[in-house]
Amino acid sequence: MYVAVKGGERAIDNAHAWLAEERRGDPSVPELSLAQIAGQMRLAVNRVMAEGSLYDPELAALALKQARGDMVEAIFLIRAYRTTLPRFGEARPVETAAMACQRRISATFKDVPGGQVLGPTFDYTHRLLDFKLAAEGTPAPAPEAAPGPQHTPHVLGILDREGLIEGEPEGSETPPDLTREALDFPCDRALRLQALARGDEGFLLGLAYSTQRGYGRTHAFVGELRVGMVAVEFEIPELGFAIEIAEIELTECETVNQFAGSKSEPPQFTRGYGLVFGQSERKALSMALVDRALRWRELGEEDTGAPAQDEEFVVAHCDNIQATGFLEHIKLPHYVDFQAELELVRRMRREAAASAAAAASEAAE
Amino acid sequence: MSGHENASGAAGAEAYNFAYLDEQTKRMIRRAILKAVAIPGYQVPFASREMPMPYGWGTGGVQVTAACLTAEDRLKVIDQGADDTTNAVSIRKFFERTAGVKTTEETEQATIIQTRHRIPEAPLAEGQIMVFQVPIPEPLRFLEPRETETRKMHALEEYGLMHVKLYEDISVHGHIATTYAYPVLVEGRYVMDPSPIPKFDNPKLDDSPALMLFGAGREQRIYALPPHTRVQSLDFEDHPFDRGHWDEDCALCGDAGSYLDEVITDDAGGRIFVCSDTAHCRARRQAGHAGAASAPYEEAGA
Repeated sequence: MYVAVKGGERAIDNAHAWLAEERRGDPSVPELSLAQIAGQMRLAVNRVMAEGSLYDPELAALALKQARGDMVEAIFLIRAYRTTLPRFGEARPVETAAMACQRRISATFKDVPGGQVLGPTFDYTHRLLDFKLAAEGTPAPAPEAAPGPQHTPHVLGILDREGLIEGEPEGSETPPDLTREALDFPCDRALRLQALARGDEGFLLGLAYSTQRGYGRTHAFVGELRVGMVAVEFEIPELGFAIEIAEIELTECETVNQFAGSKSEPPQFTRGYGLVFGQSERKALSMALVDRALRWRELGEEDTGAPAQDEEFVVAHCDNIQATGFLEHIKLPHYVDFQAELELVRRMRREAAASAAAAASEAAE
Repeated sequence: MSGHENASGAAGAEAYNFAYLDEQTKRMIRRAILKAVAIPGYQVPFASREMPMPYGWGTGGVQVTAACLTAEDRLKVIDQGADDTTNAVSIRKFFERTAGVKTTEETEQATIIQTRHRIPEAPLAEGQIMVFQVPIPEPLRFLEPRETETRKMHALEEYGLMHVKLYEDISVHGHIATTYAYPVLVEGRYVMDPSPIPKFDNPKLDDSPALMLFGAGREQRIYALPPHTRVQSLDFEDHPFDRGHWDEDCALCGDAGSYLDEVITDDAGGRIFVCSDTAHCRARRQAGHAGAASAPYEEAGA
């Protein structure tokens, strides 16, 4: 006698209760506060904001707490929340030249107007575990300097004045919006940059690295990398002018890439561009390299068939929320499809056995 | 269709709009649905939203259902034919919470049926809407990975590649080796992926009195079969389409004509076959039918 299994509903409720308990961990250990996560796990919070496409450190911290530290899960929570928010309008383009830089470096010139500012970076630390941190980690206060200049000119602007680098090509008047229109190929650069800005850091890092190793090589110099705060301005139609509504932290990377020139154009450097919420340097660099690799058609370069040159491949697969959803959905039941395959394989095996038997009896005769 | 703004479902404590999505988004989806109905089998791009369940879990179907639901609807949700599979339970709960609509397990009672991988055994009726969850809407995708190319192929009705694939199956295996997501030709024009339903269900698509809507969230596509659309499973004159059959009957209700799941009952190779459509199976047992392994029928909750 067989009774079919029931109880999906109770199983789900119980699983969620267990998950909540696991998330909290040992109750004798104090619970993490959002301020602790936002303040001390700031780069994790930055990544959640960047790939979640929502600038809100507190919500990102909440998402990280709820997701038990799983980045992609936290990003997913933020995306699902973001999609329910009403839209009031579009901010004016942010002015990164007016960024209050806490870090600003150029790898192409020894010194640049505005100066090289190292800022808070891991770059020259020795990666030795600091066992003192395991106990407590209140550092001595860092020395302070007077604030830098109000306006830090872009390094690439200097090359531009000489005509050594291509002018920034004009985009369309109103940039397309990836989150409000279905993706359509081929897409323009603005749309690609949007996709890359919220794309998975690991995926973009791998692609950018592949261009460095020869799969769609563009040889990038970091013309400039800057991290700092910029003002977000919003035009209020009733007022007739823009007001500042927020300040956000951004990382901007501009690369200078080789270009051989063509019959019609003298040799000139070309650009790759990366812009990411928060301090996310690896992501901004990766984005700039991939952006540049994807521009091969516009610059009349050869398609070498490298993955980083393939717009459909890159844009269709860089979103980790889409990717993880589709990947993990194979955990859902597939009895019906599997049953159909099972029947087919059994049938084909029967047929193969029958024809083998027939051949054997023929041979015996 | 409007008038639901801010009218959160009765059961929903949260301040979400009726059926979760905002009215602007629902309007955008309804436009895509109307276009899809006007061009049967054609994949209409739509600006799919991030939903609170992951891509691959039926976000396309959920958005289509949300855009079609009214407060008077009665919703049925199935996964693998069953109402009580975990994901079906989760999606049904989602709409109970955000739309406060009535739900049912009985196919005949439902006005909207969201499904993953099956079409119910009970015949559908006029006025019903079937909503399919679609993972990969493009039937040509595994023959040509590029969207720019497959769109061209559809525009030019260039389906030779698909026929060659099916022909190769026959020459290698003796028959077509596609068992689910078996491609169909809609009204003699578009080749369409019926979603990963077993090919056993394909004949139910043809001339159905119900409206069939297909939603692919991650791939941002909606397509449709209006009622009484001609839907042919691709085949050859000398190798006609065969929906397949079982040597067994359902072990619970004795049905010889429904799609069966294989259930492994012990670790000594013991197995029985039971209806994949749980509502169908229960209705038959209620009516007194019995199979080889069936216990006497008891009301659920026992």
